[in-house]
Amino acid sequence: MSDDFDDIDLALLPDDELVKQMHDDLYDGLAPEILEGTAILLDRGWSPDKVLNVALVEGMRIVGIDFRDGILFVPEVLLAANAMKGGMAILRPLLAETGAESVGKVVIGTVKGDIHDIGKNLVAMMLEGAGFEVIDLGINCDVDKYLKALDEHKPDILGMSALLTTTMPYMKVVIDTLDQKDLRNKYIVLCGGAPLNEEFGHAIGADAYCRDAAVAAETAKELVNARRLRTAEPAGPSVA
Amino acid sequence: MLACGALVRELRAVLTQEGLTDSVEVDYLPAPLHNRPDRIVPAITERLASVATDRPVFLGYADCGTGGLLDAFIESSEHQITRLPGAHCYEFFAGSERFLELHEQELGTLYLTDFLAKHFDALIWQAFGIDRHPELKALYFANYKRVVLLSQSGDSAVLAAAQAAAQRLELTFEHVPTGLEPFAIPIRLALKTHITERIWA
Repeated sequence: MSDDFDDIDLALLPDDELVKQMHDDLYDGLAPEILEGTAILLDRGWSPDKVLNVALVEGMRIVGIDFRDGILFVPEVLLAANAMKGGMAILRPLLAETGAESVGKVVIGTVKGDIHDIGKNLVAMMLEGAGFEVIDLGINCDVDKYLKALDEHKPDILGMSALLTTTMPYMKVVIDTLDQKDLRNKYIVLCGGAPLNEEFGHAIGADAYCRDAAVAAETAKELVNARRLRTAEPAGPSVA
Repeated sequence: MLACGALVRELRAVLTQEGLTDSVEVDYLPAPLHNRPDRIVPAITERLASVATDRPVFLGYADCGTGGLLDAFIESSEHQITRLPGAHCYEFFAGSERFLELHEQELGTLYLTDFLAKHFDALIWQAFGIDRHPELKALYFANYKRVVLLSQSGDSAVLAAAQAAAQRLELTFEHVPTGLEPFAIPIRLALKTHITERIWA
């Protein structure tokens, strides 16, 4: 994004310019600059939460938009994510210390027969950035692995990812199993992956298909909030 | 016939072998669509728009990562369309049964065809940005264990290119000669059926 190759001393920039510069650096996948910018903002008294949201998550949101619009491609998104990961590594322990309540809990994994995890890792990172506690089951997850994790962690959301046309139908196997065990309504189910689309998400009975990591984080927040509002609603007046 | 540009040599070989070169008009779409499955159906739709609907069409594509969108397009099209079987070129070159065996042997397999081995630099190394950012190699291939060359021609230069690719990716290498037969069977069947139908029509 930046055409200016002169070295910029991040420490000399006022907060608003530093944040803008960090958005540019994230866009350009400059991991050392993101580490430095994160440290500077913390030194200036910014809360870890504010650094995360204003500098990192917002920067990744811009990257996500340009990916969606075909301006950026997978390599650039991966470099940006790698840079954000560095900033997250600094912030994660600090966020834990503040004891901020998580927005919700997510169990996520790539389905059985599939070893592709780039998209799933991006989603996990954006969910974490959005304040979710993320339990990442990794790759090649069969239905038993998902069920065990759901039972153990009791998440709000189950996220499933697939890159292959041949493995994406396995998501329906998982959802059908949840149905059979009368567990489907306990969880919000999100699905994603390159060959998937909205129609497929509906067809397998997922709550939503998420076309990219930024959409996944937004959708997760919306659906968790909607569910909490529904469960918090007082019962209507009884009719005698 | 409208086919992926990655199949030019193999299709020519099959059509020659079957004596069909004069009976079939062949057109190709760019091979780099292999890396952009979301663009395959729009590209096919655009190219077929100028083809008369009474002409049968054979698509030199499998599902190719379209997630069923290619089949949905075929079903809704006014053209009578047949496509190659299976999920991707690895499957139709190896044959479904053989491909399934390979997949079950090792999930973490990067498959190369003759075309992909020859164009590894452009279609994988450069297209994935590894030439500019070597650190991406680990992100893309951390879960991969081996490279399998599904070779159609047995060309020694292709074999050498595939071995070099495996070395660059720091993966083990296996060579599985497929020849052209698994690929030729559905083409033979579809084209000869179309041609017979037109002769009798």
